[in-house]
Amino acid sequence: MTALAARLRFARTGSGRFGLAACFLLLALILIGPLFAPHDPAGIVGSPLQRPDANFLLGTDSLGRDVLSRVLWGGRSIVGLAALATGLAYVVGIAIGLVAGYSRTLVDPLLMRAMDVILAFPPLLFLLVLATGAGQNVDVLVFGVATVHVPSIARIVRAATQETAVRGYVEASVARGERVHAVLRHEILPNILGTVLADAGIRLTGSIIIIASVNFLGLGLQPPAADWALMIAENRGGTTLQPWAVAAPAFLIAFLTVAVNLVADAVARSLGRSTAQKRVAR
Amino acid sequence: MTELAAPELALADVPRRRRHPFAFFVLRRVAAGLATLFVVSILLFVGTNVLPGDVASAVLGRDSTPAGLAAIRRELHLNRPAPERYWSWLSGFVQGNLGSSVAGQAVSGQPTPISGLISDRIKNTAVLALFTVVLLVPLSIGFGVFAATRAGRSVDHAITTTSLVAISLPEFVTGTLLILLVSQWLGLLPGVSLIPIGETVFSHLSILVLPVLTLLAASLAQTVRMVRAGMVEVLRSDYVEWARLSGHRERDVVLRYALRNALGPTVQVIALNIQWLVGGIVVTEYVFGYPGLGQALVQAVSARDVPYVQSVGLLIAIVYISLNVIADLLVVLLVPKLRTAQ
Amino acid sequence: MSDVVLVVEDLQMELFSGEPIVEDVSFQLEPGKVLGLVGESGSGKTTTALALLGYTRPGVRIAGGTVTVCGRTLTGRPERELRRLRGQLIAYVPQDPASSLNPSVRVGDQVGDLLRRHAPDRDLDREVARTLELVQLPSSREFRRRFPHQLSGGQQQRIAIAAALVCRPAVVVLDEPTTGLDVVTQSHLLEEIGLLRQEMELAIVYVSHDLAVVASLADQIAVMYAGRIVEEGQAAGVLAAPRHPYTWGLLSSVPDPHEPRRLRSIPGVAVGVGDRPDGCAFAPRCPQRVGVCVQAMPTLDRIQPDWRVRCFEWHRTPTLAPEARTAARLSAGPMPPVLGVEGLRAEHRGRDSTTVAARDVSFAISPGECLALVGESGSGKTTIARCIAGLHAPTRGRIVLDGTPLAPLAGRRPREARRRIQIVFQNPNDSLNPRHLVADTIARPARVLRKLSRKEAQHAVGELLERVRLPAGLAKRFPSELSGGERQRVAIARALAAHPDLVVCDEITSALDVSVQAAVLELLATLRAELGLALLFITHDLGVVASIADRVLVLEDGLLCEEGPVGPLLSRPQHEYTRRLVAAAPSLTELRAPV
Repeated sequence: MTALAARLRFARTGSGRFGLAACFLLLALILIGPLFAPHDPAGIVGSPLQRPDANFLLGTDSLGRDVLSRVLWGGRSIVGLAALATGLAYVVGIAIGLVAGYSRTLVDPLLMRAMDVILAFPPLLFLLVLATGAGQNVDVLVFGVATVHVPSIARIVRAATQETAVRGYVEASVARGERVHAVLRHEILPNILGTVLADAGIRLTGSIIIIASVNFLGLGLQPPAADWALMIAENRGGTTLQPWAVAAPAFLIAFLTVAVNLVADAVARSLGRSTAQKRVAR
Repeated sequence: MTELAAPELALADVPRRRRHPFAFFVLRRVAAGLATLFVVSILLFVGTNVLPGDVASAVLGRDSTPAGLAAIRRELHLNRPAPERYWSWLSGFVQGNLGSSVAGQAVSGQPTPISGLISDRIKNTAVLALFTVVLLVPLSIGFGVFAATRAGRSVDHAITTTSLVAISLPEFVTGTLLILLVSQWLGLLPGVSLIPIGETVFSHLSILVLPVLTLLAASLAQTVRMVRAGMVEVLRSDYVEWARLSGHRERDVVLRYALRNALGPTVQVIALNIQWLVGGIVVTEYVFGYPGLGQALVQAVSARDVPYVQSVGLLIAIVYISLNVIADLLVVLLVPKLRTAQ
Repeated sequence: MSDVVLVVEDLQMELFSGEPIVEDVSFQLEPGKVLGLVGESGSGKTTTALALLGYTRPGVRIAGGTVTVCGRTLTGRPERELRRLRGQLIAYVPQDPASSLNPSVRVGDQVGDLLRRHAPDRDLDREVARTLELVQLPSSREFRRRFPHQLSGGQQQRIAIAAALVCRPAVVVLDEPTTGLDVVTQSHLLEEIGLLRQEMELAIVYVSHDLAVVASLADQIAVMYAGRIVEEGQAAGVLAAPRHPYTWGLLSSVPDPHEPRRLRSIPGVAVGVGDRPDGCAFAPRCPQRVGVCVQAMPTLDRIQPDWRVRCFEWHRTPTLAPEARTAARLSAGPMPPVLGVEGLRAEHRGRDSTTVAARDVSFAISPGECLALVGESGSGKTTIARCIAGLHAPTRGRIVLDGTPLAPLAGRRPREARRRIQIVFQNPNDSLNPRHLVADTIARPARVLRKLSRKEAQHAVGELLERVRLPAGLAKRFPSELSGGERQRVAIARALAAHPDLVVCDEITSALDVSVQAAVLELLATLRAELGLALLFITHDLGVVASIADRVLVLEDGLLCEEGPVGPLLSRPQHEYTRRLVAAAPSLTELRAPV
């Protein structure tokens, strides 16, 4: 079953369809939403914590900025940073996993011990430590999140590589005398990519969640950036007066993470189902 | 009829290491844990001290003058080479001296030992964690096994979809939404965990409800999904099929023959989630203003209070790694194949 | 005539989507008798066997017919009642005990639990001990406290049998119980099952694809093809003079370890579940078909009181006439060996221990010769094959190609050496890259080892597919679309693409059905004649050795214990171990003599 065909099949499940639709909507919001922003997201355009009215459809925040405009601009940072961090993690993780999985020398245990050390850190603590030591900015955040993902990706890739390396077609390639990089590229990588990327969607959601959390704690993106998580943090105190400054970004984050997870889960299940279907009665 | 049974292993020939495989495994695993802890402490130290200059300026804050900075550096021994500083911190830690809070000193002007600052907070965080775990374990096993036995039916779909939604929400979103709904709109429970000074959390148990719910929301969902997946795998196995073909009651098949084999992976899953709780607790305490270790840690990071982050970080790492080790030992205990000699 | 204990009438089984898997299956069994249920993959024999206990795998349902055991009808009963009857009336012994025994329950309990469940008032300890002794297992407390992974394969299977017998059922269904066991254990187990059947008056349904094994045990045989019984009767009669063309084809393709024979294969491919044609399912492959065979399904007709055949033309089925093999190619005088192995020692280094797979093994292969390397699993034969192919580095000794010693690993060997030695693996499911088209898989050695251009290589692919008797259209398919036999042929074509002098075949037919195996062996014989290929054929099956090898090497625990030309070695083995192997090898010819 080619990966594309499997991916398309998931769109028939109810939750998969809902998730896909939601994702498209949100993607549209994030990419072209800013074009529709009525005000400058960083500009103080009204009195603080005003309730929604004709001028400010979602009211203003604790500093008097238009909530709607900030909301329209606020998704880019979370999704963009999460995508960057996850992508980086996969590139590094796949490289490490391939080398460790294929090598029969000390390189394997060495790499895996290094991975174990990173895994011994609770992810959030790791990011907090980095924030303390290297400062509270976006680059550190992306690097930190990517590093948190790398060990588990490397483990999965390593296991898949080891399992594939003993297959007949890989050994046939080795017996032909093909070089290591050719074996990895032609024989092993195409056959493990499906397994490895199966949880990519869920990992992306995880990145979104952790980046949003760090931003919320004030240790990532700094004000006056328009970011959904920052907005929640900044406006928490004034919810009795103006709940929309918190409710709007909260709902949007929830919507985003649930949608991505629904899609990811539906894809993973349909890939799993396509291999399970080969078990027809004998 | 020729001899058919495999020759019984003569116990006398088996080397001692193999006669008590479990004991040796325990030793090895604990040693590995300690070694990991050691490396983690080094990384903690390196990670927090990448920009040492800031410690001094963080202490003095706005009153930084070059002379003042130099004086603070002398006082805090920041001029010594890094390995020396690391060693004095570590050896002090092991003896119970967690160092002195820079932020505390900046405020009060006096050296403030960290161990004094955290004793109450540790208790509060421990209570929060314990309540969560005590609810998490039975609920996740119960729901997970239940969903697995009804796999594919509507009940299972309901459980799976609900848990998928619950996992997707970050704790701060869940917490904030809960505050908006339950605390503000319905007015049922306090939205901020205020404990008057001098009293403990036990006399104000209602403040625990929302934080525990927030923590449970995502962790329970995650654990239920994985327990269910493990159980479904076991229920599809050849030995479960044979148990059914041999005529065992379904109740016995699930509870006696299937569950036993799902326990190993289940323990790993629960351990994984308890570890994840460490991060969740930090955020949740911050959302609710709960006076625990997590909230203090975030404040320390904001203030660049390096000694505080170092020591509390190591404390958290100790808990984290110990849980890892205990989980591994439990798994080996529960899975006969790993426990017995080959 | 004693009461019949098992009656199956018009059993129909289908997928939930409506496609039939098993149709029109009926038979009866008396106590103390063994019915051999024989068929290749896709025949529906396992599905039928499970239905005897009222059990269906997910996605399958019983659409019609009845199964009655000791007068009680099982079909149509609710699951809860079926559970009570299973184990007491009818029991099942699974195919792979390693995965069917619960890894977390002690073996004594796995047997005892069944007693507790079905017959709680009996003395547990004593009954369990008695049953264990019955299957030649120790009944000590120490043994009963073991876990399945602490037992050998043969012991695991015996525990499964003990569990099936402990409640003294009337009928026992054995599903290929000797798969994966070595030949000697297998022959012991078969003997014991035969004795148990007599002692306990058991009615046994023995499911298998291995006709020789079934022959040694069965009183009746039912042959299944495409979900239907095509022939059923007394074993002796059916095996001596089969009436259905499929049975005839099957028997002609079974190799015999005592007589070097030419194998005949059945043309075409077995039908899958969804592809059954109208009319007789075997017609497309049948040498005796006439017009009516394609239009109508023949019924299972009684041609004698206890013999039924499903064929319009059964009276035209010829007698079985095994052909002797053509003599090994006449050599024009002694030729220098193409491959020499000198003092080879190969080890596997584990975490705590090192196992020696091959000790001081030396032999030579002449050009165009087929040398068989025979031994049980763990004898080291696969490791030796891998050393020759350059996949495993020996600890001592050397491999010599045309007089020149070779580097241990393939990566260091010159291209010519890599080209001249090729290897084909056992498992057809993982010998081809699932992401590469068949054409690319076959072309690769030609490009890498013969430096052909892309165009030349694609042209070569066409020639090679023809050589291995595969349709040219297969080139643009993926391996998942091919059957096991087709995949092995592609693997052979890939090996041939390099124009090798020696092809190492590592148990290449062990995972194939008997008729498919015969076809592949036939193909290899033809290729040898056409191309002058030398073959190193690794196998544990003496029958295969008899049909293809010129010379034989016997390995026991890494040591070469006997070597010689195939005929004399099989008929007059010298070494004790070889004698044991030959005696234990199941054979049809020995049992053809009427009792």
